[in-house]
Amino acid sequence: MNYSIETRHLNLWYGNFQALIDVSVNIKDRLITGLIGPSGCGKTTLLRTFNRINERYGNVTTKGEIKIFGKNIYDNDVSLPELRKSVGMVFQRPNPLPISVYENIVLGMKLHQQRSSLKKSGLDEVVEQSLREVFLWDDLKDHLKKKATSLQLEQQQKLCIARLLPLKPRVILMDEPCSALDVEGTRAVEDMMLSLRERYTIIIVTHNMAQARRVSDECIFMLLGEIIEHNDTDDLFLNPRNPKTADYIEGRYG
Amino acid sequence: MESITFTETPFVRKKKRTEALAKLIFFLMALSMIIPLVMIIAYLVVQAWPILSIDFLLENPANRMRAGGVWAPLLGTIYLVVISLLVSAPIGVLAAVYLNEYATDNWFTRIINLAVVNLAGVPSIVHALFGLGAFVLFAGIGRSILAASLTLAIMTLPVIIASTKEALASVPMPFRTACWNVGATRWQTIRTIVLPNSISGILTGIILQVSRAAGETAPIMFTGAVFFKALKDDGLFAYNLLDQCMALSMHLFTISTQVPDVPHALPYGTAVVLMAIVLLTNGLSIAFRVYLRSRKRW
Ligand SMILES: Nc1ncnc2c1ncn2[C@@H]1O[C@H](COP(=O)(O)OP(=O)(O)OP(=O)(O)O)[C@@H](O)[C@H]1O
Ligand SMILES: [Mg+2]
Repeated sequence: MNYSIETRHLNLWYGNFQALIDVSVNIKDRLITGLIGPSGCGKTTLLRTFNRINERYGNVTTKGEIKIFGKNIYDNDVSLPELRKSVGMVFQRPNPLPISVYENIVLGMKLHQQRSSLKKSGLDEVVEQSLREVFLWDDLKDHLKKKATSLQLEQQQKLCIARLLPLKPRVILMDEPCSALDVEGTRAVEDMMLSLRERYTIIIVTHNMAQARRVSDECIFMLLGEIIEHNDTDDLFLNPRNPKTADYIEGRYG
Repeated sequence: MESITFTETPFVRKKKRTEALAKLIFFLMALSMIIPLVMIIAYLVVQAWPILSIDFLLENPANRMRAGGVWAPLLGTIYLVVISLLVSAPIGVLAAVYLNEYATDNWFTRIINLAVVNLAGVPSIVHALFGLGAFVLFAGIGRSILAASLTLAIMTLPVIIASTKEALASVPMPFRTACWNVGATRWQTIRTIVLPNSISGILTGIILQVSRAAGETAPIMFTGAVFFKALKDDGLFAYNLLDQCMALSMHLFTISTQVPDVPHALPYGTAVVLMAIVLLTNGLSIAFRVYLRSRKRW
């Protein structure tokens, strides 16, 4: 089986507080993996270890192993910008930069390539292709100069995903990507995720159990920094193996 | 069914009166900020009126400072302010960028931050003594424009660091995470997002220090400003860095207290020029801010 992310005995501390406890998990390529669990159980923390962005948040200690497509990302020869290129992340609040739609999308390429190697026509093409992949092209093709922060929230969130695509990521991490969106927006983003599914490894954190069932192929349930259960989504929801999982999906906590 | 009337109770009426009174008091306080400023300016301008002219700006003090204009002190003040900011602005901004964007929270950065806050509160006369000891005597620069400018730079530096840090901190964190997550290094993040979104605040902080540097007398009195200095020509480069110089703030002090029989309008004219510099730079900073804000669409 083809695993895109494998962790072994991953432990993480914020100062003295242990936020991840002995997490060993295999995440499959080209599937959507849902990550559920009550508030504060470490979902965001786990996502952020996958592109090592955690290290930007103060006093963090990480122990254990994380392999992404077979490569241990804590090896010394791993370049963080390159890692983050391959493992992109989307947040709860859409965070487009206060620049134009166009500039938002080409930003990543501008950061990673010599200015001289970027041709206007090439960039235009990348922008169109990225916007098409997230179903935004028809809406925005005449508004590429518009400030990204003035778009609707749903469009902003899709743009934040589109912004990752020019970097040719292999993994896309989504941290509650729909929780700021209304029903329509959520639907649209979910449709988009399903269409991206064949090309990327997608991990989505969600508080919305119905959403986890709708979009994810496999599902992981976390509690207090530990992984309680990891299974096919249908199995996890219909025949939970662990009583704690059952309690959670039946709404008995958080 | 019992009906409701929604009429005022006495208690509500009392609250409303208090509210109106509070609003009036706050308004009067705000107004009282403007009145002194307007009165000071009006008073100065009226008193200085007979002497105000372009010539007053461009002539040197003459007849033992009882006649002529303010060119030499004006030029001296410009030198001091420009040179001190050329030193303190880059150092201050870079230090603030380090403290806000790179430094992790440890004892070392906490000490630096503490130092910045405390230095910003040190009285200018103490800076003056420090400048005298460090630049004039220890470094052997002697009393000069350079030593005085460096002293002013030391004085303005902590405030520039503090204001720049504040401007940087006002850039929302999600902008930074957005950059990091497409693999930007810290410096790329600073350049593409943090600085463009904080530059107007940074510049305002710096420009406010112009008026402070121009107005202070104490730090330059010991370190490079003199009562009188004859300029070697009329050009803009009439001072040498190692010369001593005249300065407006000091000149004002001299002609108001040290020289007998000065024409009444002369000190007031000098004060008007000093005020004009301060107001002009503050005005400039506002205009610049508006301009940057209007341009920030990129
Ligand atoms: N930067 C940090 N410093 C210290 N503690 C943190 C930090 N970030 C998270 N934590 C703590 O780690 C634990 C896990 O947090 P995390 O944000 O990963 O939870 P989560 O499952 O994403 O919760 P939510 O559903 O509310 O987003 C929480 O107890 C939180 O308080
Ligand atoms: Mg979270």
